[in-house]
Amino acid sequence: MSVSLDHVVRAVDGVPTIRDVSLTLDRGTLSVLLGPTLSGKTSLMRLLAGLDKPTTGRVLVDGKDVTGIDVRQRSVAMVYQQFINYPSLTVYENIASPLRVQGRPKAEIEKRVGEAAQLLKLEPYLNRTPLQLSGGQQQRTAIARALVKGADLVLLDEPLANLDYKLREELRAELPRIFEASGAIFVYATTEPSEALLLGGNTVCMWEGQVLQVGDTARVYRRPDTLRVAQVFSDPPLNVVGIEKQNGSVQYAGGVKAPASGLYAALGDGAYRVGFRAHQLEVANGIAGRHAFSATVTVTEITGSESFVHLHRGDSNWVAVLHGVHEFPPGHVLDAVLDPDNVFVFDAAGRLVAAPGAM
Amino acid sequence: MTRGVLPKLGLVLYLVCLFLPIYWLINMSLRTNEDIMSGLVIWPRHPTLIKYFFIFHDPTWVHAFLVSLTYVAINTVISVTVALPAAYAFSRYHFIGDKHLFFWLLTNLMAPTAVFALPFFNLYYAVGLFDTVWAVALAHCLFNVPLAVWILEGFMGGVPREIDETAAIDGYSFWRFFVRIFLPLIANGVGVTAFFCFMFSWVEQLLATTLTATKALPFAAVMSRSYSASGMDWSLLAAAGVLTMIPGALVIWFVRNHIAKGFALGRV
Repeated sequence: MSVSLDHVVRAVDGVPTIRDVSLTLDRGTLSVLLGPTLSGKTSLMRLLAGLDKPTTGRVLVDGKDVTGIDVRQRSVAMVYQQFINYPSLTVYENIASPLRVQGRPKAEIEKRVGEAAQLLKLEPYLNRTPLQLSGGQQQRTAIARALVKGADLVLLDEPLANLDYKLREELRAELPRIFEASGAIFVYATTEPSEALLLGGNTVCMWEGQVLQVGDTARVYRRPDTLRVAQVFSDPPLNVVGIEKQNGSVQYAGGVKAPASGLYAALGDGAYRVGFRAHQLEVANGIAGRHAFSATVTVTEITGSESFVHLHRGDSNWVAVLHGVHEFPPGHVLDAVLDPDNVFVFDAAGRLVAAPGAM
Repeated sequence: MTRGVLPKLGLVLYLVCLFLPIYWLINMSLRTNEDIMSGLVIWPRHPTLIKYFFIFHDPTWVHAFLVSLTYVAINTVISVTVALPAAYAFSRYHFIGDKHLFFWLLTNLMAPTAVFALPFFNLYYAVGLFDTVWAVALAHCLFNVPLAVWILEGFMGGVPREIDETAAIDGYSFWRFFVRIFLPLIANGVGVTAFFCFMFSWVEQLLATTLTATKALPFAAVMSRSYSASGMDWSLLAAAGVLTMIPGALVIWFVRNHIAKGFALGRV
């Protein structure tokens, strides 16, 4: 089975939340909807599920128009960011609920609920009610209910966003494995690039209600079509600087001039925007062939194994990530260096013209 | 914080003021009319339950008591049943004029019931409902349905919409979801609503007496007829008054936990 959106537009009170999206999701695939808050991830999921009707455009399942067909008639399961369960039912009845509605025999319900509970480590809690559980257990209950239904389309809307770090790590590793076996279309919304990379699959990159780029997650990460995609797919935020290429040299905005080596060599003369992620910026001195910028430290965040150095240079703010513990006092002036072979170059319209590695 | 005599004294004073009228009513119901008229007595000298026996053995009183209970119960059931879907609509859907309609419902609570007494009398007489418990039960919907909608809407607003959607995704039909999933979540609200409907219907007198004559005479109406040639039967009136308080007290006792939660959660 496949689900497609065909030129779908959705407006609420005249304000567009989804602007002309066409997208096809195939059986047995995992798609990560990646985009910042309010980029339309939830709106898109609600359209896919059939909870909302598109203002214009069609929703197709296996090529058949299902626009406007009630969600009750569709084979869909959904997990929300908030832990949504039925508070008045036990965990067992919560998980069993879609099967009870389908009128499955008692033995089958018992077997399938048992399997799901085992998979999600909920066996000890089956007789409790959801509100007696921790947040992670509540969300696992919701996931078990989505799993047990055996739906063709499984939508997970930032399911781990409200969980603590350790639970997230655990569930994130388990989720793709759990749903892989079901052969369903699996859609996972997240704001975090690292989560998308860990999940793999395909990434649908979203921005202000539009789909910017669709493709293999690793490829979208390495070859963002546009500056906007690179920005959405970077955490900490993408560092950006304008350049002007002329006569074999590049002039960085804010006054650094360097020979047009590396990726700059092949560029035609003109203005470009250069983007580089935090790990592409180094703090060091005197490495041959690197472009060096003098920048002021505003703050250093140490997470244990890594240090995030926030820098201020001219009118822009950059972030560099360094391995190990580095403590720079605020106001300290240091040299940030950039490898001209390891940057993304975008043209004036924001389209990618050069990226690290072979194009 | 609790040191000092003053706060305690204040509390005692408050409780005395609160319970004095109730005590006085019970006190009077246990005394004879001669005793009542003979002067100020704090404690009944010869307590007697004779007036209670009198009420329980007089078919007029017993019938009136049952009539009152019946129309109050019918009204509570109708009000809550009608208000549940209405409150759900106001809480979950947007439609043209929804806010105005909601406000209009509330304005029904502001209108004095006396305004409606005469048209109701005429209307119920015309359709043959005059002097039945149904007349009073329906008439009390005038203020109880809006009240119930208002209270229930507040409680329903506290239930995340995503639960409705999850149920739809799971395949629940609307009514199955409403009864099996949604109602248990607002049980406190239903309890609180039923309590208020009960109380307001129970204490309402004007419509109840206007719309009845003999067959469905409410308790309060019988009370107002306890004058006799020999004057006012104070003791009987007091005993009837005590009996009037009992159903309300019982209802409060049964829904006390719901009300406590309801005050904390909803719109009471």
